[in-house]
Amino acid sequence: MTLSRRNFLRTTAIGGAALAAPSLIGSMAQAADGPIRIGSLLDLAGPLAATGEPMAYATELAVEELNNAGGLLGRELELVSYDTQSSIQLYSQFAQQLAVRDKVDVIHGGITSASREAIRPIFDRFRTLYFYNTLYEGGVCDRNTFNTGTTPAQTVEKLVPYAMNLWGKKVYIIAADYNYGQITAKWMKKYVQDNGGEVLSIDFFPLDVTNFGPSISRIQAAKPDLLLSAMVGGNHTAFYRQWAAAGLKGEIPIASTTFGLVNEPATLEAAESNGVLGSYGYFEELQTPASLAFVKAIKDKHGAQTPYISELAAASYEGVHLWAEGVKKAGTVDRIPVIEALETGISFDGPSGKVVIDPKTHHVTRNAFLAEVEDKSWKVLETFEQQAPLDTAAVCDLEANPTDTTQYEIDI
Amino acid sequence: MDIAIIVGLDVISGIASLVLISAGLAVIFGMMKIINLAHGEFLMLGAYATVLSVSAGVNIWLAMLVIAPVFVGLFGVLVERCLIQFLYGRLVDTMLATWGLSLVIVGGTTMIFGNTIVGVGSPLGGFSVGQYQSSLYTPFLALMAILLMTTVWAVMKFTRAGLIARAVMQNPDMAATLGVNPARVYMATFGAGAAMSGLAGGLLAPVAGVVPTMGAAYIAKAFITVVGGGTSVLWGLITASGLFGFINQIAAFLTTPVFGEVILFVAAVVLIRMLPTGISGKFFKGRL
Repeated sequence: MTLSRRNFLRTTAIGGAALAAPSLIGSMAQAADGPIRIGSLLDLAGPLAATGEPMAYATELAVEELNNAGGLLGRELELVSYDTQSSIQLYSQFAQQLAVRDKVDVIHGGITSASREAIRPIFDRFRTLYFYNTLYEGGVCDRNTFNTGTTPAQTVEKLVPYAMNLWGKKVYIIAADYNYGQITAKWMKKYVQDNGGEVLSIDFFPLDVTNFGPSISRIQAAKPDLLLSAMVGGNHTAFYRQWAAAGLKGEIPIASTTFGLVNEPATLEAAESNGVLGSYGYFEELQTPASLAFVKAIKDKHGAQTPYISELAAASYEGVHLWAEGVKKAGTVDRIPVIEALETGISFDGPSGKVVIDPKTHHVTRNAFLAEVEDKSWKVLETFEQQAPLDTAAVCDLEANPTDTTQYEIDI
Repeated sequence: MDIAIIVGLDVISGIASLVLISAGLAVIFGMMKIINLAHGEFLMLGAYATVLSVSAGVNIWLAMLVIAPVFVGLFGVLVERCLIQFLYGRLVDTMLATWGLSLVIVGGTTMIFGNTIVGVGSPLGGFSVGQYQSSLYTPFLALMAILLMTTVWAVMKFTRAGLIARAVMQNPDMAATLGVNPARVYMATFGAGAAMSGLAGGLLAPVAGVVPTMGAAYIAKAFITVVGGGTSVLWGLITASGLFGFINQIAAFLTTPVFGEVILFVAAVVLIRMLPTGISGKFFKGRL
C-alpha cells in the first residue's frame, strides 16, 4: 500500500478521533453522574479545635441528611474536608487545593476573621462558591461569598440595651486584641451611646495575657455599672476565674459577645459564671423540635464528649442546607446559576428557626436569642424573630455593585 | 489610698507568679546549664494533675501542693533518664530535644483530655480594702513563693544534698573524683526542677484557663526572668522577678494590658543589653 498524503491524513484523523472519543465520553459521563463535591476547611487541631469540631460535626450531619434524602439533582454528595490545624498558612494552601485540584463545587468553612480573609480572595480568583458560617464583625461584601452567621446588628444591638436596662448606664468594655475584638468593641461603644450610656474605658488584651490582676483593679477604680466582654480563647477564660476570685462576681455584672461560644459555662464553676448575659443566633438549650432533633443527631453520633453546640455549629448546618436549596432551585451546581438562585431570597428552616438569604448583602435574616448562664448552662430569656443584617446592609449592596469584594469596616 | 494597697497587692502577685513559674526553669538552667524548652508543658502537666485530682474528689490543697509537684517531679526523672542524660554538654541538642518533647506532651494531652478548657474554682474567697476587692489567693501565692525560695535556700545552704549539688554545679569532675556520682545529682536536680514547675502549674490552675497549649503563655516570661536574673539560681530569680513583675503590673495598671506586655519586654531587652550576664552576673557573682 502506498501511503499518499491524503490517505495518511484520513487515517490519522479517524484514529485520533477514536482515541479521543472515550476520554471525551468519559469526562461527560463523570460530570453528570459523579458525586457533587463539597469542600470543608475547619480547624480540628490546635487552639481552635474545640471551636471547629462541632462545626465539622454539623457539616457532616447536613451532608449525610441530604444523601439520605437521595442526594442533589440525582447525584450523591461527597464531602472533601481538610483540617487547617489553626494555621492561616494551611488555610491558604488547602483553599487552593480545593479550588484547583479537587475542583469542588462549593466550600464551607473558615472560623476566625483572619482565616476568612486569607481564603476569600482565593475563591474569588478561582471562581469557587464560598460559604462562611461563623458569627463575625460584619461588613463582608462579596457576591461569591455567603455569610450565614450573625453580625453585631443582630446580637450586640440586643444585648447592650437589655444589660443597660437591667444594671445601669456606665459601661466598661474589655476585648481581645485582634480584628474581631477591636471591631466588636466599636459596636459595643456605639450601642451604649445610642442607648444614652457612657463608656468609661475600652481595654484590649493580647491573647496570651494570663494575669488580669492590674486590669481588674483598673475596672474597680472606674466603678462601672456593668462590664461588656469580647474576650477570646483559653487564656482569657482565666479572666472570669480571677474576677470571681476577687469577689467581684456579685458586684459588677458581665454581658459578653463571646462567652459560651466554646464551653465556658461548662468548665467554669457555676459561681463564676452564673448571671453572665449572652446573645447569639442559636443556643443548644433551645427547646424547639428542630433544635432538639439537631442536638440529638450530633450527640447520638459523637457521644457525651461533644463540645457545646453553639451558633457556629447551627450556622454550619444551615449553611450547607441553604446551599442545597439553591442547587435544587438552579437545577445545576454551576456557580453563577446557584448564586442567582440563592439571591431569590432562598430560606431554610433550621435548628435556630427560619434562615433567609438577603440578596443585597449575601448575609442572612435569622432569629437572635438572649440568654443568661444558670448552673453551667444557658437559660434563653428572649427571642428576637427574623433579625436582618442591618449593619452590613448599611454599607453593602451587591445588586447595585455585583463586582464588589471588599470587607467594609463599618464607620460608626 | 485603698487603690494604692490594691495595686501593691497586684505587684506582689505579679512578682510571686514570676518566681513560681520561673523557679523550675532557673534550677535546671542554673545548675545543669540545660535549657528546658518543655518547661511550659511541665507547668501544664501540674495544672492538669491538679484539675483531674480535684474532679476525682481529692482535696484541692492536697492536689495543688502534693500531687502536682510529685507527679511532675517523677515525670521529670523519667524524662531525664530517657532523654536528657544522653545530651549533657550539648546545649543545642537539649534545646531541640526538649522542644520536641514539648510538642509530644501537648499532642498527647490533647489526645487524652481533648482541646477544651478545664479548671477548678479558686479555693479562697475575696476580701475588701475600703471599697475595693481583691482575692485572698494573691497573698497565698506570695506566701508560697516565699516558702519555695526559703526552702531552696535552706536545702542548698544547710544540707549535705545541697552541698553536693553546689559542688557538682561548680566543678563536676572534681566532685566525681571525691566520690560523688554527678549523673545521680543531675537526675535529682532535674526531678526537683520539674517538681517546682509542677507545683507552679498546680498553684496556677485555679486562676488560669487550663488547656493543653497553656504552657506557651508562660514560657516566654519564665525565660526572660531566668535570662535577666543570670546564673545565680536564688538571687537572680528573686531580683529579676521583682524587677519584671513590678514593671509589668504597674505598666498594665497605668496604661493597658497591651502596653504592660510591651513595656515588660522592652525593659528585658534593655536589661540584657546593659547586663549581658544577667543581674546576678553583675551583683551576686558566685552567690547561690
